[in-house]
Amino acid sequence: MTSKSCVIIDYGIGNVFSVTQALAHLDVSVRLTSDRAAIKAADRVILPGVGAFGRAVDTLRAMNLDETIHSFIETGRPFLGICVGMQVMMEQGLEFGTHRGLGLFGGTVERIDLNEADGRPLRVPLIGWNSIHQTTPSRWQGTAFSGVADGSDFYFVHSYAAMMSNPQDVAAVAHAGVGGITAAIQRDNITGVQFHPERSADAGLAFLSGFLAQ
Amino acid sequence: MTRTAGCCGNALIASDVIAAMQRNFRLIPRLDVKMEWLIKGVQMEGWRKVGDPAAFAADYALAGADELLFMDVVASLYERNSLHEIIRKVASSVFIPMTVGGGIRTVADVSAMLACGADKVAINTAATRNPDLITEIANRFGSQATVVSIEAVKHSGSWMAMTDNGRNHTGRDAVMWAKEAAERGAGEIIITSVDRDGLGSGYEIELVKLVASQVRVPVVCGGGLGTTGHLKELVTQTDASAASIAQALHWKKLGMGDLRSTLAETGCFVRKLG
Repeated sequence: MTSKSCVIIDYGIGNVFSVTQALAHLDVSVRLTSDRAAIKAADRVILPGVGAFGRAVDTLRAMNLDETIHSFIETGRPFLGICVGMQVMMEQGLEFGTHRGLGLFGGTVERIDLNEADGRPLRVPLIGWNSIHQTTPSRWQGTAFSGVADGSDFYFVHSYAAMMSNPQDVAAVAHAGVGGITAAIQRDNITGVQFHPERSADAGLAFLSGFLAQ
Repeated sequence: MTRTAGCCGNALIASDVIAAMQRNFRLIPRLDVKMEWLIKGVQMEGWRKVGDPAAFAADYALAGADELLFMDVVASLYERNSLHEIIRKVASSVFIPMTVGGGIRTVADVSAMLACGADKVAINTAATRNPDLITEIANRFGSQATVVSIEAVKHSGSWMAMTDNGRNHTGRDAVMWAKEAAERGAGEIIITSVDRDGLGSGYEIELVKLVASQVRVPVVCGGGLGTTGHLKELVTQTDASAASIAQALHWKKLGMGDLRSTLAETGCFVRKLG
């Protein structure tokens, strides 16, 4: 096997242990760092994240990692944002006030406001496993999802979801109550997933393998 | 901005409308741990040794558990949690979410537990003593990582919140405490009937209904599952989000497969296995 390496951006936000463990399980050499030069030189980069949008993006800016992320993405090498790490790639987030995101994707991260089939509001945070679907029959071809079967189940936990300006950027959707949630976004070398691949058993490992194969 | 059906700018796929109507309900094996052993008691007393918690956790995950819940049952008494090593070991090979509770008193305790691979922490005693802790944890790690566990005992027609495995009164009404905990930032409530714990005689439906009616965050119900009928009863009679299951699984009276089939029969979403 060719040596695969991956840098996980360490900015104190996010459960890096489980992402690291999942990658280690896939025989990847993982480096957890906030060093800007190391991030720019990486084969591929993962931006994890849990908690609130504003805190995450403010921390990235305070550490000058926003510029680093933009520089890395310009290299064309694979970049993956997970959960809040995906959300901060959007233009803005509305969690605890309005916050400017990294602006890599057009749209806004808004509070989930959906109903169950019987009309009751969905309980939020939305927690649990859900099937994801590609938006067109060949949407996942040549992406990190290439080894994932349409309808595979992933684990989600979130109170906010991305409302996309450009439907072409949506790679996967999941149903929630009687509505839909942006489950994954992708354009060129940038991928973002609302779910937690590191907590999604075999489907999650298949997705991460696909990301590592890019 | 394009919008459909509430939340994201993409049209729903027609063939998935049936899936869209399915309710999401989680099955969460609960592993009570004392020192290095998985144990189980009755009404939170008379603990018996069951086996190696890491081995049980791995089996449950493979068999389709949606999450795992670990509780150090003596941690609050000794004011420390001995689960770190177990969680670290499980997290290296089990890739489903884990909630860990027992003896967590500070933001630093939460940080240490998350660093071992836990996804959420459950707090009880420390939160009842210092409710601000709920907000502190939620602000630092997010509501999704902040779970408040409530042990309830019925007394003179109302439900009291207890600590230390149902031994000590907190002076709080369990239902009102659930509401307050959610308002303070808890992203999930675990409600367990102490009297039903370990008996396998069914969940305390009335208690679950009361709690679920007071909070808009997910409610996990614990204490009482003995048959698949009990699960069906919980799913159909309440809008709980999850069931925690211990003795029925640990003593192999039921398997994950039995519970998953029951969920499917009630029309709930059941995650597909690898």
